[in-house]
Amino acid sequence: MLMNLLFSPVLSAVTHRTATGGIIYYVLAGILAITVLIGISMMSKVRTAVKGNLLGSVSMLLMIVLTLWYWNIFSFVELYISMLLGAVIGIWLSIKVNMIQMPQMVGILNGFGGAASMLAGILTLIAAGDGASADLFSLATSGLAIFVGAFTFTGSMVAGGKLHGVITQKPIEFKRHALWTALALVASLLTVVLLSIPAVLAVTVAKTILIILCSILSGLFGIIFAIRVGGADMPITISLLNSFSGVAGAIAGLAIADPLLVSVGAIVGASGLLLTQIMCRSMNRKLMDILLGKTSTPQVKAKQKNAAAATAGAEVKAAAGKAVISDAVQAGPAYAAWLRDAEKIIIVPGYGMALSQAQPLVKNLMDELETAGKNVEFAIHPVAGRMPGHMNVLLAEVDVPYEKLHEMEEINPQFAETDVVIVIGANDVVNPAANTAAGTPIYGMPVLDVEDAKHVIIMNYDKKPGYAGVDNPLYEEGRGDKIALLLGDATASLKNLLQALREYCG
Amino acid sequence: MGLEHLILIVVFVVSMLVGYKIIDRVPSLLHTPLMSGMNAYSGVTVLGCLTATAVAADMGNTGSRILGFIAIVLAMINVVGGFAVTDRMLRMFHSEDNNKGGK
Repeated sequence: MLMNLLFSPVLSAVTHRTATGGIIYYVLAGILAITVLIGISMMSKVRTAVKGNLLGSVSMLLMIVLTLWYWNIFSFVELYISMLLGAVIGIWLSIKVNMIQMPQMVGILNGFGGAASMLAGILTLIAAGDGASADLFSLATSGLAIFVGAFTFTGSMVAGGKLHGVITQKPIEFKRHALWTALALVASLLTVVLLSIPAVLAVTVAKTILIILCSILSGLFGIIFAIRVGGADMPITISLLNSFSGVAGAIAGLAIADPLLVSVGAIVGASGLLLTQIMCRSMNRKLMDILLGKTSTPQVKAKQKNAAAATAGAEVKAAAGKAVISDAVQAGPAYAAWLRDAEKIIIVPGYGMALSQAQPLVKNLMDELETAGKNVEFAIHPVAGRMPGHMNVLLAEVDVPYEKLHEMEEINPQFAETDVVIVIGANDVVNPAANTAAGTPIYGMPVLDVEDAKHVIIMNYDKKPGYAGVDNPLYEEGRGDKIALLLGDATASLKNLLQALREYCG
Repeated sequence: MGLEHLILIVVFVVSMLVGYKIIDRVPSLLHTPLMSGMNAYSGVTVLGCLTATAVAADMGNTGSRILGFIAIVLAMINVVGGFAVTDRMLRMFHSEDNNKGGK
């Protein structure tokens, strides 16, 4: 009975499907969906994560075999050629990529997944012919697969381009941006609706034009949507697009009635959504604000101007900057002494460390401090870096044991009993203004309470505000007894610090 | 909308809820590998591409066959690249004990 109920209305007309395979297929598909879930749950512990990932990839291979068997399409040689080609390119990419490039790698792979779902939607619509034998559900979901797949593709490519520095990291805003976004959205959804009307599909020319229009308009929507997102919101965008690539697959699965595709696609959709939520909470940003392009930067510029005017003009500010630089040079012996006398030290890494490729030096610093008998831990803010958990991977790469990498909630109470905090290339995530400066974009954002420690050593490229655009009170002058500011490239600053450490403490 | 569609939608909703529950347990330490792993799973759309391409080949539609070929290549890059890079990343995570044992 079940076999007759569960069939694909669009594709069944031409299928080779094994007639008796139905029940077996659904049982095996169910088992594979469960092994995928087991694999994912094994990803929650470092010890089991490698095996969990392996289980997932084996499950995926079996899904492909199961699909080939169920539809009885073993004999199509081109399927193997294309799969092999994709696999080779995939492996090549995975070997070539460097860990700091992980965000754009995920972005681009996401885009490919979206493009594949879009093509699956197009193919299903083409296979539906004049639409007479197909039902509304399959036609509508095919169109939706094109829409979600296409904007995931272009959005991911723009996000990847921004992360890779091919496109400017700053938010690009067109005139009447919101209007264009809405227009592209409505227009692409309109083509989706038209594509689900059999009377329209019966006219081949109309159908072809509509499919092309739907792809282009949805793609435009993705571009308009992603181009407006700026640097600090990038992790959220990547998470969100990750979610959409799963949803696109699930919708394509609905269109061709493939329960495996629906199930796994939905799991990916849920994971992306969850990560997006976590990111938004950690940055104190509302998802809708990011989607609607309420980027933090523009409002902040106005605020900075106000602040500057209030504190008697920009000249004073410039002078203050110079004063602190010379302060830092003199501070050499001071911060070395802090480190010499310290027992507990916490290192806070940020994207500046990654940009400067200073991870090996951070590991050296950790080793030297530990050899001197000091307790060294790391504090990782959830949005440090350009994707969730980015800092952890970068530090794991240079062999920092993962037990030393602590989440914000876990380590925040420890700052009060810490002698020295070393901030390396992080700004917004340690900015105390988040707790006090009402009205600024970071107000209310949970930050690492580095100010609670006895001493703070800050290595930052300059004194400019971070991506959020809010001045950091830690950089104010006159706090030399507590805070040392080392300006410049993180690698150079770390080298200076290591040298000072050896001279004064060795 | 038939029973079949209803079942598919139930599959969608249940998978989403179960997935959300399981993924919520992953610590932020592993969020980057989780994300690239999930990224690999999103290439599951290759299943749809395979079926659709076979149908296109059967119908003798050359244009569709070419589109299908491209779709499978893209989806496989997503799957294989995703799993391989996740594996590479996860193998970098070392415990304190392991480090000491290794040196």
